[in-house]
Amino acid sequence: MTALDAAWADRWLREAARVLAEHRDELIELDRAIGDGDHGENMDRGFRAVVAKLDESPSESVAAALKLAATTLMSKVGGAAGPLYGTAFLRASIAAGDRTALDGYAVEAVLAAARDGIVARGKAELGDKTMVDAWSPAVDAAGRAADGEAALEAAASAAEEGARATKPLVARKGRASYLGERSAGHLDPGAVSTSYILRAAVTAAVSEILSGEVT
Amino acid sequence: MKKLINDPRSVVEESVEGFGMAHADLVEVHLDPLYVTRRGGAVSGKVGLLSGGGSGHEPLHAGFVGQGMLDAAVPGAVFTSPTPDQIVPATQAADGGAGVVHIVKNYTGDVLNFETAAELCQAEGLDVRSVLVNDDVAVEDSLYTAGRRGVAGTVLVEKIAGAAAERGASLDAVESVARRVAQNVRSMGLALTPSTVPHAGKPSFELGDDEIEIGIGIHGEPGRRRVGLEPADALTDHLLTPVLEDLGLASGEKALLLVNGMGGTPISELYIVYRRAAQLLAERGITLERSLVGNYVTSLEMQGCSVTVLRLDEELTALWDAPVRTPALRWGL
Repeated sequence: MTALDAAWADRWLREAARVLAEHRDELIELDRAIGDGDHGENMDRGFRAVVAKLDESPSESVAAALKLAATTLMSKVGGAAGPLYGTAFLRASIAAGDRTALDGYAVEAVLAAARDGIVARGKAELGDKTMVDAWSPAVDAAGRAADGEAALEAAASAAEEGARATKPLVARKGRASYLGERSAGHLDPGAVSTSYILRAAVTAAVSEILSGEVT
Repeated sequence: MKKLINDPRSVVEESVEGFGMAHADLVEVHLDPLYVTRRGGAVSGKVGLLSGGGSGHEPLHAGFVGQGMLDAAVPGAVFTSPTPDQIVPATQAADGGAGVVHIVKNYTGDVLNFETAAELCQAEGLDVRSVLVNDDVAVEDSLYTAGRRGVAGTVLVEKIAGAAAERGASLDAVESVARRVAQNVRSMGLALTPSTVPHAGKPSFELGDDEIEIGIGIHGEPGRRRVGLEPADALTDHLLTPVLEDLGLASGEKALLLVNGMGGTPISELYIVYRRAAQLLAERGITLERSLVGNYVTSLEMQGCSVTVLRLDEELTALWDAPVRTPALRWGL
């Protein structure tokens, strides 16, 4: 089992950047249907900038990696996603504190802090068809797992399920909410990008190959 | 897509660069990060006024930087809010030591980025207040949406708050008058054609040759409903009636009327809309005290217009009349 330490946190951010680049066009199309079509472009640009900073120097702690992601996403992403993901990573960084590695309990605390930051900033509730619909079940699932890696796996699976469940919902927050009933029948792009980012955390934990320059 | 551009990715930078060159007597353009300030920077002791938002609405916001209006403007990518790494230095540049008021149009992205920037400024000891503009009556059910959008009423908030700041009003007073304008202004728009975002390359929605979209936003969002072709007078009624009803403007009250072009409609047609709107206000016993007609808050090349009504009192009228000298609005100086 891999320790959820600073090296893991860096691998997580790199894997997230790779997956978001891979799904850039898909996220653009999801957002074009009910928003303004910039989510894929903005997330790709933001995480590319995170990787560029990691290339300069690896993080010294989990908290430092998460904080680097926070400040970079806040300044590079724009739209609603920049401040929301920025706040999520900033709160997660504070929750990680001076731990050298995360256990199951810490994973839940970190994810809960991220989710609470998103809720505080975006003021969305469960069922509003936003990224909260992926984050909230992820936090709940992480709390039921035994160790760190299992908590991440449970969180990622719950986030994927939560993202899929946004399809029939009517949006009550964000630009999609202007569409009212017409927003139903589409996945929420923010919930989908959340599920990719959390799945990347699992991949970074289980795959040693990612520790090299393979990505 | 047929546009006067070089590269879709550099549209905003090249346009703002040209804007700075054309109006070098009034403004200064900072390229990295991108923002615009008055020539000569902040005025010592004066409350700073800053606004910003996605590009594509020109002359909003940079066109209103200058004496009697904004101290700084922050353009984002086309139809995308600017980011805190632009807003923070622009706010610092707008601060003359008396604090800064942010005028923010009510869109989730704009609200979140300006909120984050304001927190970062406050952490550095700079007093920043935010005033939200949400004048678009086309978005009705605010409990189940992100709330009403900020549209053409924004230019009236910027002008009147800018005049108050120029007269030496305190931070509290500038914030309060900006809020009062925001509370007393309502707008609604329509589109005859959609707009095309340069990096998307295709129209933001489809609209038939014989269709008009009522309740349009300024980012290519579709509106509330579609109607067939109707005369300008009937279309004006579709816009002005909900505006007046929502504002609750009663007989005997005074108003400012703004007929705003979306970018692709000739001024002559805007005056046909103005004519009918003025008639309708007169029929309701409302005194039309001040007027503005032209392209002020646009949506790229969209054909269409919006109608904005502001309830006036003596103070707001005097601030509206105060001198202003910006690239897009100028009188008394």
